[in-house]
Amino acid sequence: MSKRKAYYASKIKRAIHLLFYRRHIKPGVKGWELRKALGSDYPKVLKILDDYLKALDLQVKTVFEEEKQVEKPTLEQLDKARFYITLRGELTPKEAKMIGWRIDDLAGLAIAIAYIISKKGKSPRKEVEELLRDKLPGWKVGLNIDRYIRYGYLTQDENEQLYLDWRTRAEVDQKALIELLLSK
Amino acid sequence: MQSKRGRVKIGREKLQRIIEMCRSVEERSLDPFLINFEELISTVREYFPEWKLPEDLCLDAETIHRLASLIKLQSEWVKHRSTSLYTDPFLLEEKLTRIGKEEILETFLNAWHPIVELEQISLHSLAESLRYWESLLPLKERWKGFPLAEVETGPATREELIRQRILRDKAFSEELENFWQELKNQVKEKGENVKIRYWDFVGAESYEETVQRAFMTSFLVTYGYATLEIHPLEEEIFIKSYEKPTTKIGKEQLVSIPIAVSAEDWMKWKKGELK
Repeated sequence: MSKRKAYYASKIKRAIHLLFYRRHIKPGVKGWELRKALGSDYPKVLKILDDYLKALDLQVKTVFEEEKQVEKPTLEQLDKARFYITLRGELTPKEAKMIGWRIDDLAGLAIAIAYIISKKGKSPRKEVEELLRDKLPGWKVGLNIDRYIRYGYLTQDENEQLYLDWRTRAEVDQKALIELLLSK
Repeated sequence: MQSKRGRVKIGREKLQRIIEMCRSVEERSLDPFLINFEELISTVREYFPEWKLPEDLCLDAETIHRLASLIKLQSEWVKHRSTSLYTDPFLLEEKLTRIGKEEILETFLNAWHPIVELEQISLHSLAESLRYWESLLPLKERWKGFPLAEVETGPATREELIRQRILRDKAFSEELENFWQELKNQVKEKGENVKIRYWDFVGAESYEETVQRAFMTSFLVTYGYATLEIHPLEEEIFIKSYEKPTTKIGKEQLVSIPIAVSAEDWMKWKKGELK
């Protein structure tokens, strides 16, 4: 193995350890943490890792602080961004059940996220509850929203307004979700 | 014709209504273009000459602030509509209620890429934990109390309590009366116009004693044995002694006067730099 290859192989191993194992309350690693552990060329290490993960149907997902995808991020933006390993492809409904989600609950999450996106990222909790009550039993609606909040998909302010939270930004392709829903 | 007061009252109500309207648009994420901005701003302009009181001017400023926020919302609204993420909420709501749960789920699964993470113990962390466990002392050793020296119990004498400053050798009222007498004597000897400078009275050989005297002086003033005369421009404080104790409680508004008796001030007084 050439010296250069060995260098990147060891960096990739280190990156895998950092990204796969949860080190903080929230999963994922901040860019500056990766820079500290892998060196200033960590974006290149992540690129190689991402290519490698393709075969395993996984990817390195970057979530920028600005909440929007950045085309050509600066080093500063990367340092502030959070990096995760996510599934590259899609799960089947059967697989979704296997990872601990009931179909009802996942559909409720999809509705809540889509509705909040259509309301410019902010919606009163009551409106979301009303929408969910159409297809979920009333007693379950509040519990489900609390669960989405607990998992980090949604967040709520003191005025009972719901917003999208960090997990939605990391896991959900919002544009694709809206386009797919509208094409139904 | 409407009276001036009536017009002011109506104007205030109108501004309050505008503020409420803007707030509800902001909080409920309503379409900011539903509001007739021209009409609202002309109302604000119409009543502006009526405002004379600061409260009314504040109300006017808040209305303008709310309207400015509304314009900001309009601009964000336009920006959002021009992005690919824009969807008419009604259209989407209609879609969401029409399609079945399974279909929604299928759609969501196409856009959902859950985070992959592992929680697993490693050989290294197991070895670390074992090392820690080995070096950890048993609870009975860690929680062993400090040995307490055995002390025989017995009655304490009055002298011992005075020495430990739990009891005073004189009753407080007696001590205060004596201190008042001292003030009267000092006023006679060193004072002028039945008063003496504060620092000339409280100042003593040691700082501790000075603080003690300042403490007692505060009671002399509070209980009506003496009063303070303050000349703020000259930065001078005098103590005036009364011939008989007077009570001011309930007769007039009592005020607290904080006087700092710091070690620096005491040093200055000793050097004669502080009067």
